[in-house]
Amino acid sequence: MAIVNKRQEVVQKRPASWTVRTRRALEGNLPMDHLLPDRQPYYVGSWVYVFGVITIAALAWVILSGVILAFFGPQWWHSSGVGRFVNSVHFWSVQLFFIAMVLHLWGQYFMAGWRDGRAATWMIGVVIFGISVLTAFTGYLSQQNFASQFVAINAKDAMNSAGIGSFFNVLNFGQMYGLHVMLLPVGVTFLVVAHLVMVRARGVVKPIDPEGVVLP
Amino acid sequence: MDAPTTYLHWGFILISLPNLIVMGLMIVIFAIALVAPFPHSDKADNGDRE
Amino acid sequence: MRPMGRTQEEYYRGVRMAPYDLVKEIVVALVGVGLLALLVGATLSSPDVAPVTIATWSRQAQVDFVTTATAELAGSTISAGYGPPYNAAGTGQSWGPIAPQSWFGVHIAVDSANAYVITPLQRASFSNPALRSALSTWQGASANQQGKWLDAYGKALGTATVKGGRISVAAGSYGPLPEMMSSLVGVAQSGGLDGLLVSSDRFYQTDYTQPLLFLGDGTYLSGLAEQAHLTGSQWGMMNETGSYPGQTWLWLYTMWYQIPPFTSQTGFLGINSGNADLLVIILMTLLTALLALVPFIPILRDIPRWVPIHRLIWREYYRPKATAPAGSG
Repeated sequence: MAIVNKRQEVVQKRPASWTVRTRRALEGNLPMDHLLPDRQPYYVGSWVYVFGVITIAALAWVILSGVILAFFGPQWWHSSGVGRFVNSVHFWSVQLFFIAMVLHLWGQYFMAGWRDGRAATWMIGVVIFGISVLTAFTGYLSQQNFASQFVAINAKDAMNSAGIGSFFNVLNFGQMYGLHVMLLPVGVTFLVVAHLVMVRARGVVKPIDPEGVVLP
Repeated sequence: MDAPTTYLHWGFILISLPNLIVMGLMIVIFAIALVAPFPHSDKADNGDRE
Repeated sequence: MRPMGRTQEEYYRGVRMAPYDLVKEIVVALVGVGLLALLVGATLSSPDVAPVTIATWSRQAQVDFVTTATAELAGSTISAGYGPPYNAAGTGQSWGPIAPQSWFGVHIAVDSANAYVITPLQRASFSNPALRSALSTWQGASANQQGKWLDAYGKALGTATVKGGRISVAAGSYGPLPEMMSSLVGVAQSGGLDGLLVSSDRFYQTDYTQPLLFLGDGTYLSGLAEQAHLTGSQWGMMNETGSYPGQTWLWLYTMWYQIPPFTSQTGFLGINSGNADLLVIILMTLLTALLALVPFIPILRDIPRWVPIHRLIWREYYRPKATAPAGSG
């Protein structure tokens, strides 16, 4: 129903309900058929486009195997065959995760994926990379084996030199383990969801064109 | 797999064979992704929704 | 501000769309990655080299153990002279006025001599009169006298051997040190030091700062690490034990530790091996920020335009189109 003001102009009445305003913002910025489109521009036709989704799939397996490891406690995998297997799945999923993420970064770089208002998407991607490296680092420290010992002894010098060694004590297993199984995965997951929402809200970037060429 | 592995040494570069394999695989996979044909639906679409 | 959804409509206006099944893509990816991870995990397993204990250290490398313990008493180990956050014995790393290590101060106090030698020996002396006597001789002596014993014993340990399971040094004036160290070895070899350094009068413990610093002060652990190519000057940050791939994504972080000025004593612009840790962190923070800001940095953001990789990715788009009447797609 049109609402008309004194000058006979149609005025959109701003809804008082915050719920309605939130719903309309969501519907406007990320309608369902943009969140889950069944079509893509015809130029989305390269295998380079799959590295992002492979990264997410690898992350899912990292989290799944990690949840099982966390359930049985940090010492389980040293004395159980099944535990060792789950740890191996966790180890190799992490390798696949970083391999796919870096390939995705190479792809997005050479496609200049930050164009047309997508700079924030790129920046969040770099932050995800950084936090993933930190998450993996705390993971290596949580293994409770020879590697953890030496990584801790060595890495402490870097942390101490930056002044954060007492706030982020790599020799403190409890702290590193808590960061690894809870705080950092939550951070990574939250940022990945934000990254995905931004990609879906804007859609994939258009191909690079030389200056002055009008897009078809 | 717990046996010590080979390390390759060129100048100041010192890299383990497994790490070199991972890096080499990444480059090969990226190159293949660039050139391999991507399955396409040839159905042209002018915005029709199902 | 225009909603993104409407903006997308405008962005793709006139662009031919083709069917693309995103949900099938993620499901295929999950199954594919899962199968790969399960298969490789089952066949290649994962690295798990058992940790070194102080007990093992004192058994496998007794001379190094005693040398390290003596140096802890003397305050000449890495950890004893480290500075913040463990003690005020040093100032830590700095680059000109930039000295975050000393800005943040001592927050994890470690008293090397007491933690690693005196306190464990005091507990062990409960039923050991000879040790109790040696300890009271030590604590009753002047700092000057203690220093003389430590110097002499430290030098003698340079040519010490292990005979019949005990340290054997040339004759000399070492005061109560040989008795003290012999008892300390006994405590260590029984596993007592591992327990004492972790529990520190608490029942539950998850902080391994003390035993790790102690292990790091000796050469046994670092010797094993060197064999496994894990040390800083061997690109160690990137490597893993055994034949497993390591953290290849850390290649750039560890690379700096292999080249001047980070490797040289004299260095360049105040950057040298003495403050390499601080400088590498500063450098990598800057480079990461640069990576994040690529969209705004000229040249870096233009390279994709100049390198024709995108022409391969979008080759269908760049294919010369036959002139066609308007409206065909």
